[in-house]
Amino acid sequence: MPYPLTIAGLEKSFAGQTVLGPINLDLEAGTITAIIGRSGSGKTTLLRCLGSLEQPSAGTITIGDGKVTASDIGYVFQEPRLMPWLSVAKNAGFGLGHLPKPARDLAVAEALAVVGLPGAGTLLPKQLSGGMAQRVALARALAPRPKLILLDEPFSALDPFTREQMQDHLLHLHGHYGATMVLITHDMDEALALAHRVIVLDGPPGRIIGDFAPALPHPADRTSALFFEWKRRLTALFSHRDLAAELANAL
Amino acid sequence: MVGGRTPRWIIGFAVPILLLGVWQAVSGAGFVSPAILPSPLLVITTLVVMAQSGEMAQAVGATAFRMAFGFFLGAGAATFLGGLCGASAQARALLDPLIQALRSVPSLAWVPLFILWLGIFEASKITLVAVGVFFPVYLNLVSGIANVDRKLLEVGRVHGFSPLRRLVRIQLPAALPAYVVGLRGGLGLGWMFVAAAELLGATNGLGFILDDGEQTGRPERVLAALLLFGLCGKLTDWALATGGRKLVSWQDIAKA
Repeated sequence: MPYPLTIAGLEKSFAGQTVLGPINLDLEAGTITAIIGRSGSGKTTLLRCLGSLEQPSAGTITIGDGKVTASDIGYVFQEPRLMPWLSVAKNAGFGLGHLPKPARDLAVAEALAVVGLPGAGTLLPKQLSGGMAQRVALARALAPRPKLILLDEPFSALDPFTREQMQDHLLHLHGHYGATMVLITHDMDEALALAHRVIVLDGPPGRIIGDFAPALPHPADRTSALFFEWKRRLTALFSHRDLAAELANAL
Repeated sequence: MVGGRTPRWIIGFAVPILLLGVWQAVSGAGFVSPAILPSPLLVITTLVVMAQSGEMAQAVGATAFRMAFGFFLGAGAATFLGGLCGASAQARALLDPLIQALRSVPSLAWVPLFILWLGIFEASKITLVAVGVFFPVYLNLVSGIANVDRKLLEVGRVHGFSPLRRLVRIQLPAALPAYVVGLRGGLGLGWMFVAAAELLGATNGLGFILDDGEQTGRPERVLAALLLFGLCGKLTDWALATGGRKLVSWQDIAKA
Protein backbone atom coordinates (compact mmCIF):
# COMPACT_ATOMS: atom_id res chain seq x y z
CA MET A 1 0.00 0.00 0.00
CA PRO A 2 1.44 3.40 -0.97
CA TYR A 3 1.82 5.96 1.81
CA PRO A 4 0.09 9.33 2.09
CA LEU A 5 2.25 12.23 3.21
CA THR A 6 1.38 15.11 5.51
CA ILE A 7 3.63 18.12 5.99
CA ALA A 8 2.60 20.57 8.71
CA GLY A 9 4.33 23.88 9.41
CA LEU A 10 7.64 22.66 7.99
CA GLU A 11 10.47 25.18 8.18
CA LYS A 12 14.18 24.91 7.55
CA SER A 13 16.87 27.42 8.47
CA PHE A 14 20.59 27.40 7.83
CA ALA A 15 22.73 29.57 10.13
CA GLY A 16 19.67 31.47 11.33
CA GLN A 17 18.52 32.19 7.78
CA THR A 18 15.13 30.67 6.91
CA VAL A 19 15.34 29.06 3.48
CA LEU A 20 12.08 27.15 3.49
CA GLY A 21 8.63 27.39 4.91
CA PRO A 22 6.32 27.31 6.53
CA ILE A 23 5.07 24.52 4.26
CA ASN A 24 1.71 22.78 4.78
CA LEU A 25 0.83 20.00 2.39
CA ASP A 26 -1.23 16.81 2.22
CA LEU A 27 -0.32 14.34 -0.52
CA GLU A 28 -2.66 11.51 -1.41
CA ALA A 29 -1.35 7.95 -1.40
CA GLY A 30 -0.42 6.58 -4.82
CA THR A 31 -0.24 9.93 -6.61
CA ILE A 32 2.63 11.66 -8.38
CA THR A 33 3.23 15.19 -7.13
CA ALA A 34 5.64 17.48 -8.94
CA ILE A 35 7.23 20.34 -7.03
CA ILE A 36 8.52 23.01 -9.37
CA GLY A 37 10.24 26.30 -8.77
CA ARG A 38 13.25 28.40 -9.56
CA SER A 39 16.73 27.62 -8.26
CA GLY A 40 16.89 28.63 -4.58
CA SER A 41 13.18 28.18 -4.01
CA GLY A 42 13.82 25.38 -1.52
CA LYS A 43 12.63 22.43 -3.62
CA THR A 44 15.62 20.22 -2.88
CA THR A 45 15.70 21.27 0.79
CA LEU A 46 12.05 20.23 1.09
CA LEU A 47 12.79 16.84 -0.47
CA ARG A 48 15.88 16.35 1.69
CA CYS A 49 13.71 16.98 4.77
CA LEU A 50 11.23 14.37 3.52
CA GLY A 51 14.09 11.90 2.99
CA SER A 52 15.59 12.58 6.46
CA LEU A 53 18.76 14.01 4.89
CA GLU A 54 18.00 17.32 6.65
CA GLN A 55 16.43 17.86 10.03
CA PRO A 56 13.54 20.36 9.81
CA SER A 57 13.95 23.44 12.02
CA ALA A 58 10.21 23.38 12.78
CA GLY A 59 7.09 21.44 11.82
CA THR A 60 6.31 17.80 11.29
CA ILE A 61 6.36 15.30 8.46
CA THR A 62 4.08 12.30 8.74
CA ILE A 63 4.61 9.52 6.25
CA GLY A 64 1.99 6.76 6.22
CA ASP A 65 1.15 5.62 9.73
CA GLY A 66 4.34 7.22 11.04
CA LYS A 67 6.10 3.88 11.57
CA VAL A 68 8.34 4.09 8.53
CA THR A 69 11.58 2.19 7.91
CA ALA A 70 14.34 3.22 5.47
CA SER A 71 13.24 0.62 2.94
CA ASP A 72 9.76 2.19 2.82
CA ILE A 73 11.23 5.31 1.19
CA GLY A 74 13.12 5.37 -2.09
CA TYR A 75 15.31 8.36 -2.96
CA VAL A 76 16.60 9.18 -6.43
CA PHE A 77 19.23 11.91 -6.53
CA GLN A 78 20.00 14.40 -9.26
CA GLU A 79 23.10 12.34 -10.12
CA PRO A 80 23.13 8.53 -10.17
CA ARG A 81 25.48 8.28 -7.15
CA LEU A 82 26.29 4.66 -7.93
CA MET A 83 29.02 2.93 -5.95
CA PRO A 84 31.76 2.76 -8.60
CA TRP A 85 33.23 -0.47 -7.17
CA LEU A 86 29.95 -2.40 -7.41
CA SER A 87 28.38 -3.99 -10.47
CA VAL A 88 25.04 -2.73 -11.73
CA ALA A 89 23.23 -5.64 -10.02
CA LYS A 90 24.97 -4.97 -6.70
CA ASN A 91 24.21 -1.26 -6.97
CA ALA A 92 20.57 -2.03 -7.67
CA GLY A 93 20.48 -4.29 -4.60
CA PHE A 94 22.40 -1.82 -2.41
CA GLY A 95 19.50 -1.29 -0.02
CA LEU A 96 18.52 -4.95 0.15
CA GLY A 97 21.19 -6.20 2.56
CA HIS A 98 18.48 -7.29 4.99
CA LEU A 99 17.03 -9.81 2.52
CA PRO A 100 18.30 -13.37 1.96
CA LYS A 101 20.26 -13.74 -1.30
CA PRO A 102 17.54 -15.47 -3.40
CA ALA A 103 14.97 -12.78 -2.50
CA ARG A 104 17.55 -10.06 -3.13
CA ASP A 105 18.50 -11.48 -6.54
CA LEU A 106 14.83 -11.70 -7.50
CA ALA A 107 14.11 -8.10 -6.44
CA VAL A 108 17.19 -6.84 -8.32
CA ALA A 109 16.33 -8.75 -11.48
CA GLU A 110 12.79 -7.37 -11.37
CA ALA A 111 13.91 -3.78 -10.74
CA LEU A 112 16.50 -3.92 -13.54
CA ALA A 113 13.92 -5.38 -15.93
CA VAL A 114 11.41 -2.65 -15.04
CA VAL A 115 13.94 0.10 -15.80
CA GLY A 116 14.84 -1.61 -19.07
CA LEU A 117 18.28 -2.94 -18.12
CA PRO A 118 17.68 -6.68 -17.77
CA GLY A 119 21.07 -7.79 -19.15
CA ALA A 120 23.28 -5.13 -17.60
CA GLY A 121 23.75 -6.65 -14.13
CA THR A 122 27.45 -7.46 -14.50
CA LEU A 123 28.52 -4.08 -15.90
CA LEU A 124 30.44 -1.56 -13.79
CA PRO A 125 29.16 2.04 -13.44
CA LYS A 126 32.11 3.35 -15.49
CA GLN A 127 30.77 1.36 -18.45
CA LEU A 128 27.34 3.03 -18.37
CA SER A 129 25.98 6.07 -20.22
CA GLY A 130 24.38 8.85 -18.16
CA GLY A 131 20.88 7.57 -18.93
CA MET A 132 21.75 3.97 -18.07
CA ALA A 133 23.40 5.04 -14.80
CA GLN A 134 20.31 7.01 -13.81
CA ARG A 135 18.11 4.01 -14.62
CA VAL A 136 20.27 1.90 -12.28
CA ALA A 137 19.78 4.59 -9.62
CA LEU A 138 16.02 4.28 -10.20
CA ALA A 139 16.26 0.49 -9.91
CA ARG A 140 18.18 0.91 -6.62
CA ALA A 141 15.40 3.10 -5.24
CA LEU A 142 12.67 0.75 -6.49
CA ALA A 143 14.17 -2.63 -5.55
CA PRO A 144 13.09 -2.49 -1.86
CA ARG A 145 9.52 -1.78 -3.15
CA PRO A 146 9.21 1.53 -1.27
CA LYS A 147 5.83 3.02 -0.49
CA LEU A 148 7.08 6.56 -1.09
CA ILE A 149 9.61 7.54 -3.77
CA LEU A 150 11.35 10.92 -3.62
CA LEU A 151 12.95 12.08 -6.86
CA ASP A 152 15.26 15.11 -6.91
CA GLU A 153 15.47 16.38 -10.51
CA PRO A 154 16.42 12.86 -11.55
CA PHE A 155 16.54 13.56 -15.27
CA SER A 156 17.93 17.10 -15.35
CA ALA A 157 21.42 16.01 -16.44
CA LEU A 158 20.13 13.96 -19.38
CA ASP A 159 19.72 14.98 -23.01
CA PRO A 160 16.13 15.82 -24.09
CA PHE A 161 15.56 12.51 -25.89
CA THR A 162 16.77 10.34 -23.02
CA ARG A 163 14.91 12.56 -20.57
CA GLU A 164 11.58 11.99 -22.32
CA GLN A 165 12.29 8.25 -22.48
CA MET A 166 13.05 8.24 -18.76
CA GLN A 167 9.85 10.15 -18.01
CA ASP A 168 7.89 7.42 -19.84
CA HIS A 169 9.80 4.86 -17.79
CA LEU A 170 8.80 6.63 -14.60
CA LEU A 171 5.13 6.50 -15.52
CA HIS A 172 5.52 2.82 -16.32
CA LEU A 173 7.19 2.31 -12.94
CA HIS A 174 4.42 4.14 -11.17
CA GLY A 175 1.93 1.85 -12.87
CA HIS A 176 3.97 -1.19 -11.84
CA TYR A 177 4.82 -0.30 -8.24
CA GLY A 178 2.00 2.15 -7.45
CA ALA A 179 4.08 4.08 -4.89
CA THR A 180 3.41 7.67 -3.90
CA MET A 181 5.95 9.81 -5.77
CA VAL A 182 7.25 13.29 -5.10
CA LEU A 183 9.20 14.68 -8.04
CA ILE A 184 11.32 17.81 -7.84
CA THR A 185 11.84 19.43 -11.22
CA HIS A 186 12.35 22.81 -12.82
CA ASP A 187 11.01 21.47 -16.10
CA MET A 188 7.33 22.40 -16.55
CA ASP A 189 6.87 19.88 -19.37
CA GLU A 190 8.12 17.13 -17.07
CA ALA A 191 5.85 18.23 -14.23
CA LEU A 192 2.78 18.39 -16.46
CA ALA A 193 3.55 15.15 -18.30
CA LEU A 194 4.02 13.12 -15.15
CA ALA A 195 2.21 14.60 -12.17
CA HIS A 196 -1.34 14.43 -10.91
CA ARG A 197 -0.62 17.51 -8.87
CA VAL A 198 1.80 20.39 -9.38
CA ILE A 199 3.05 22.43 -6.41
CA VAL A 200 4.83 25.67 -7.25
CA LEU A 201 7.44 26.95 -4.80
CA ASP A 202 9.06 30.35 -4.84
CA GLY A 203 11.52 32.00 -2.54
CA PRO A 204 13.72 32.26 -0.63
CA PRO A 205 12.35 31.47 1.80
CA GLY A 206 10.59 28.76 -0.19
CA ARG A 207 6.81 28.98 0.04
CA ILE A 208 3.98 27.43 -1.92
CA ILE A 209 2.67 29.97 -4.42
CA GLY A 210 0.62 27.57 -6.50
CA ASP A 211 -1.07 24.21 -6.05
CA PHE A 212 -2.75 22.73 -9.11
CA ALA A 213 -4.22 19.43 -10.21
CA PRO A 214 -4.08 19.55 -14.01
CA ALA A 215 -6.59 17.04 -15.30
CA LEU A 216 -4.26 15.77 -18.01
CA PRO A 217 -4.22 12.16 -19.20
CA HIS A 218 -1.12 10.04 -18.40
CA PRO A 219 1.00 9.79 -20.42
CA ALA A 220 0.15 13.33 -21.44
CA ASP A 221 -0.04 14.41 -25.04
CA ARG A 222 2.59 17.14 -25.00
CA THR A 223 1.27 18.62 -28.23
CA SER A 224 -2.33 19.00 -27.05
CA ALA A 225 -3.89 22.42 -26.61
CA LEU A 226 -4.67 21.64 -22.96
CA PHE A 227 -1.04 20.82 -22.24
CA PHE A 228 0.03 24.12 -23.80
CA GLU A 229 -2.60 25.97 -21.88
CA TRP A 230 -1.31 24.58 -18.56
CA LYS A 231 2.22 25.38 -19.51
CA ARG A 232 1.19 28.95 -20.30
CA ARG A 233 -0.49 29.29 -16.93
CA LEU A 234 2.52 28.00 -15.04
CA THR A 235 4.85 30.25 -17.03
CA ALA A 236 2.61 33.20 -16.24
CA LEU A 237 2.79 32.31 -12.57
CA PHE A 238 6.57 32.57 -12.67
CA SER A 239 6.60 35.70 -14.81
CA HIS A 240 4.06 37.60 -12.74
CA ARG A 241 3.78 36.33 -9.23
CA ASP A 242 0.85 38.57 -8.62
CA LEU A 243 -1.09 36.47 -11.10
CA ALA A 244 -1.09 33.64 -8.59
CA ALA A 245 -4.18 34.82 -6.84
CA GLU A 246 -5.92 35.50 -10.13
CA LEU A 247 -5.05 32.03 -11.41
CA ALA A 248 -6.17 30.39 -8.23
CA ASN A 249 -9.48 32.19 -8.51
CA ALA A 250 -9.87 31.41 -12.21
CA LEU A 251 -9.10 27.70 -11.80
CA MET B 1 62.48 7.99 -30.03
CA VAL B 2 60.74 6.64 -26.94
CA GLY B 3 57.23 5.21 -27.02
CA GLY B 4 55.51 3.80 -30.08
CA ARG B 5 55.37 0.02 -29.98
CA THR B 6 58.31 -0.56 -27.63
CA PRO B 7 56.97 -2.05 -24.39
CA ARG B 8 57.44 0.27 -21.42
CA TRP B 9 59.32 -2.31 -19.32
CA ILE B 10 61.98 -2.54 -22.03
CA ILE B 11 62.32 1.25 -22.11
CA GLY B 12 62.78 1.13 -18.32
CA PHE B 13 65.92 -0.98 -18.76
CA ALA B 14 67.64 1.55 -21.05
CA VAL B 15 69.09 3.84 -18.36
CA PRO B 16 70.25 1.05 -15.98
CA ILE B 17 72.01 -0.74 -18.87
CA LEU B 18 73.68 2.54 -19.87
CA LEU B 19 74.83 3.14 -16.28
CA LEU B 20 76.10 -0.45 -16.07
CA GLY B 21 78.13 0.14 -19.23
CA VAL B 22 79.63 3.35 -17.82
CA TRP B 23 80.37 1.59 -14.51
CA GLN B 24 82.10 -1.33 -16.29
CA ALA B 25 84.09 1.10 -18.46
CA VAL B 26 85.18 3.20 -15.46
CA SER B 27 86.28 0.19 -13.36
CA GLY B 28 87.75 -1.62 -16.40
CA ALA B 29 89.92 1.41 -17.26
CA GLY B 30 91.20 1.45 -13.66
CA PHE B 31 90.00 5.00 -12.91
CA VAL B 32 88.67 3.87 -9.51
CA SER B 33 90.24 1.35 -7.13
CA PRO B 34 88.33 -1.99 -6.91
CA ALA B 35 88.48 -1.55 -3.12
CA ILE B 36 86.14 1.44 -3.61
CA LEU B 37 84.12 0.45 -6.67
CA PRO B 38 84.44 -3.15 -7.86
CA SER B 39 83.44 -3.92 -11.46
CA PRO B 40 79.89 -5.10 -12.24
CA LEU B 41 81.39 -8.40 -13.31
CA LEU B 42 82.90 -8.93 -9.83
CA VAL B 43 79.56 -8.07 -8.22
CA ILE B 44 77.79 -10.59 -10.47
CA THR B 45 80.42 -13.23 -9.67
CA THR B 46 79.91 -12.55 -5.95
CA LEU B 47 76.15 -12.98 -6.41
CA VAL B 48 76.70 -16.31 -8.23
CA VAL B 49 79.01 -17.53 -5.46
CA MET B 50 76.48 -16.46 -2.81
CA ALA B 51 73.71 -18.27 -4.68
CA GLN B 52 75.77 -21.45 -5.08
CA SER B 53 76.81 -21.55 -1.44
CA GLY B 54 73.23 -21.07 -0.28
CA GLU B 55 74.14 -17.82 1.48
CA MET B 56 71.86 -15.80 -0.78
CA ALA B 57 68.76 -17.91 -0.12
CA GLN B 58 69.49 -17.91 3.61
CA ALA B 59 70.01 -14.13 3.74
CA VAL B 60 67.04 -13.28 1.54
CA GLY B 61 64.88 -15.73 3.50
CA ALA B 62 65.83 -14.20 6.87
CA THR B 63 65.24 -10.64 5.66
CA ALA B 64 62.00 -11.55 3.87
CA PHE B 65 60.70 -13.26 7.01
CA ARG B 66 61.31 -10.14 9.15
CA MET B 67 59.88 -7.95 6.45
CA ALA B 68 56.74 -10.04 5.89
CA PHE B 69 56.04 -10.47 9.60
CA GLY B 70 56.61 -6.75 10.30
CA PHE B 71 54.60 -5.68 7.27
CA PHE B 72 51.53 -7.70 8.18
CA LEU B 73 51.78 -6.65 11.82
CA GLY B 74 52.15 -2.93 10.96
CA ALA B 75 49.61 -2.95 8.14
CA GLY B 76 47.14 -4.95 10.24
CA ALA B 77 47.35 -2.57 13.19
CA ALA B 78 47.15 0.45 10.86
CA THR B 79 44.10 -0.99 9.09
CA PHE B 80 42.29 -1.62 12.36
CA LEU B 81 43.11 1.76 13.93
CA GLY B 82 42.74 3.66 10.62
CA GLY B 83 39.31 2.08 10.05
CA LEU B 84 38.28 2.88 13.61
CA CYS B 85 39.49 6.51 13.51
CA GLY B 86 38.17 7.04 9.98
CA ALA B 87 34.72 5.79 10.83
CA SER B 88 34.21 7.20 14.31
CA ALA B 89 34.74 10.85 15.21
CA GLN B 90 34.98 9.86 18.88
CA ALA B 91 37.71 7.29 18.20
CA ARG B 92 39.53 9.84 16.06
CA ALA B 93 39.35 12.45 18.83
CA LEU B 94 40.61 9.89 21.33
CA LEU B 95 43.40 8.17 19.38
CA ASP B 96 44.51 10.33 16.46
CA PRO B 97 46.39 13.01 18.47
CA LEU B 98 48.46 10.30 20.19
CA ILE B 99 49.19 8.50 16.92
CA GLN B 100 50.16 11.78 15.23
CA ALA B 101 52.46 12.60 18.17
CA LEU B 102 54.10 9.17 17.95
CA ARG B 103 54.60 9.77 14.22
CA SER B 104 56.81 12.75 15.07
CA VAL B 105 59.29 10.43 16.83
CA PRO B 106 61.93 9.38 14.25
CA SER B 107 61.24 5.68 13.84
CA LEU B 108 64.88 4.66 14.34
CA ALA B 109 64.82 6.39 17.73
CA TRP B 110 62.64 3.52 18.96
CA VAL B 111 65.49 1.04 18.48
CA PRO B 112 67.06 1.28 21.97
CA LEU B 113 63.68 0.89 23.63
CA PHE B 114 62.70 -2.05 21.43
CA ILE B 115 66.02 -3.74 22.19
CA LEU B 116 65.55 -3.14 25.92
CA TRP B 117 61.99 -4.42 25.87
CA LEU B 118 62.17 -7.13 23.25
CA GLY B 119 65.81 -8.20 23.15
CA ILE B 120 68.24 -8.11 20.27
CA PHE B 121 66.75 -10.98 18.29
CA GLU B 122 63.79 -11.14 15.93
CA ALA B 123 61.07 -9.44 17.97
CA SER B 124 62.75 -6.02 18.08
CA LYS B 125 63.56 -6.08 14.33
CA ILE B 126 60.04 -7.13 13.37
CA THR B 127 58.56 -4.46 15.63
CA LEU B 128 60.76 -1.79 14.03
CA VAL B 129 59.57 -2.83 10.56
CA ALA B 130 55.96 -2.79 11.80
CA VAL B 131 56.40 0.78 13.10
CA GLY B 132 57.78 1.86 9.72
CA VAL B 133 54.88 0.25 7.86
CA PHE B 134 52.22 1.49 10.27
CA PHE B 135 52.23 5.25 9.66
CA PRO B 136 51.83 5.51 5.87
CA VAL B 137 49.08 2.88 5.92
CA TYR B 138 47.27 4.52 8.84
CA LEU B 139 47.50 8.05 7.43
CA ASN B 140 46.34 7.07 3.95
CA LEU B 141 43.45 5.00 5.25
CA VAL B 142 42.23 7.73 7.62
CA SER B 143 42.47 10.40 4.92
CA GLY B 144 40.88 8.04 2.36
CA ILE B 145 37.90 7.47 4.66
CA ALA B 146 37.66 11.15 5.62
CA ASN B 147 37.60 12.19 1.95
CA VAL B 148 34.82 9.83 0.83
CA ASP B 149 32.34 11.73 -1.33
CA ARG B 150 29.52 13.11 0.84
CA LYS B 151 27.09 12.20 -1.95
CA LEU B 152 27.91 8.50 -1.62
CA LEU B 153 27.49 8.67 2.16
CA GLU B 154 24.03 10.16 1.65
CA VAL B 155 23.07 7.07 -0.33
CA GLY B 156 23.86 5.08 2.81
CA ARG B 157 21.81 7.50 4.90
CA VAL B 158 18.70 7.16 2.75
CA HIS B 159 19.06 3.39 3.08
CA GLY B 160 19.24 3.73 6.88
CA PHE B 161 22.77 2.30 7.21
CA SER B 162 24.29 2.01 10.69
CA PRO B 163 27.81 3.51 11.16
CA LEU B 164 29.36 0.03 10.89
CA ARG B 165 27.40 -0.81 7.75
CA ARG B 166 28.34 2.57 6.27
CA LEU B 167 32.01 1.85 7.00
CA VAL B 168 31.94 -1.61 5.41
CA ARG B 169 29.70 -0.87 2.43
CA ILE B 170 30.81 2.66 1.49
CA GLN B 171 33.79 4.14 3.34
CA LEU B 172 36.26 1.25 3.19
CA PRO B 173 35.68 0.40 -0.49
CA ALA B 174 35.84 4.09 -1.42
CA ALA B 175 39.08 4.48 0.55
CA LEU B 176 40.65 1.46 -1.16
CA PRO B 177 42.71 3.47 -3.71
CA ALA B 178 44.24 5.59 -0.91
CA TYR B 179 44.77 2.43 1.16
CA VAL B 180 46.69 0.74 -1.66
CA VAL B 181 48.90 3.87 -1.96
CA GLY B 182 49.49 3.65 1.82
CA LEU B 183 50.39 -0.05 1.62
CA ARG B 184 52.93 0.66 -1.12
CA GLY B 185 54.41 3.52 0.91
CA GLY B 186 54.48 1.28 3.98
CA LEU B 187 56.18 -1.49 2.02
CA GLY B 188 58.92 0.91 0.88
CA LEU B 189 59.50 2.09 4.45
CA GLY B 190 59.38 -1.51 5.67
CA TRP B 191 62.34 -2.42 3.46
CA MET B 192 64.17 0.66 4.70
CA PHE B 193 63.59 -0.32 8.33
CA VAL B 194 64.47 -3.98 7.91
CA ALA B 195 67.83 -2.88 6.46
CA ALA B 196 68.34 -0.49 9.38
CA ALA B 197 67.37 -3.17 11.94
CA GLU B 198 69.76 -5.70 10.44
CA LEU B 199 72.57 -3.15 10.21
CA LEU B 200 72.16 -2.40 13.89
CA GLY B 201 72.74 -5.98 14.91
CA ALA B 202 72.01 -9.21 13.10
CA THR B 203 73.76 -12.50 12.45
CA ASN B 204 72.00 -13.15 9.17
CA GLY B 205 69.99 -11.37 6.47
CA LEU B 206 70.87 -8.93 3.71
CA GLY B 207 71.63 -6.16 6.22
CA PHE B 208 74.15 -8.47 7.87
CA ILE B 209 75.89 -8.97 4.49
CA LEU B 210 76.00 -5.17 4.07
CA ASP B 211 77.64 -4.83 7.49
CA ASP B 212 79.93 -7.77 6.92
CA GLY B 213 81.07 -6.35 3.53
CA GLU B 214 81.90 -3.06 5.17
CA GLN B 215 83.72 -4.62 8.14
CA THR B 216 85.80 -6.95 5.96
CA GLY B 217 86.51 -4.39 3.24
CA ARG B 218 84.65 -6.24 0.46
CA PRO B 219 82.52 -3.66 -1.38
CA GLU B 220 81.39 -6.31 -3.89
CA ARG B 221 79.42 -7.95 -1.06
CA VAL B 222 77.93 -4.59 -0.10
CA LEU B 223 76.90 -3.94 -3.71
CA ALA B 224 75.55 -7.50 -4.10
CA ALA B 225 73.41 -7.05 -0.97
CA LEU B 226 72.21 -3.64 -2.19
CA LEU B 227 71.24 -5.21 -5.50
CA LEU B 228 69.31 -7.96 -3.71
CA PHE B 229 67.55 -5.39 -1.50
CA GLY B 230 66.58 -3.41 -4.60
CA LEU B 231 65.36 -6.54 -6.37
CA CYS B 232 63.29 -7.73 -3.39
CA GLY B 233 61.82 -4.24 -2.90
CA LYS B 234 60.95 -3.89 -6.56
CA LEU B 235 59.42 -7.37 -6.79
CA THR B 236 57.22 -6.92 -3.72
CA ASP B 237 56.17 -3.44 -4.84
CA TRP B 238 55.31 -4.81 -8.29
CA ALA B 239 53.24 -7.60 -6.70
CA LEU B 240 51.42 -5.11 -4.46
CA ALA B 241 50.88 -2.63 -7.29
CA THR B 242 49.53 -5.37 -9.58
CA GLY B 243 47.23 -6.73 -6.87
CA GLY B 244 46.19 -3.18 -5.96
CA ARG B 245 45.39 -2.31 -9.56
CA LYS B 246 43.09 -5.34 -9.74
CA LEU B 247 41.38 -4.29 -6.50
CA VAL B 248 40.69 -0.78 -7.77
CA SER B 249 40.08 -1.63 -11.42
CA TRP B 250 36.61 -0.08 -11.00
CA GLN B 251 38.16 3.39 -10.94
CA ASP B 252 37.30 5.43 -14.02
CA ILE B 253 40.72 7.00 -14.54
CA ALA B 254 42.91 7.72 -17.53
CA LYS B 255 45.54 5.07 -18.23
CA ALA B 256 48.98 6.61 -17.84
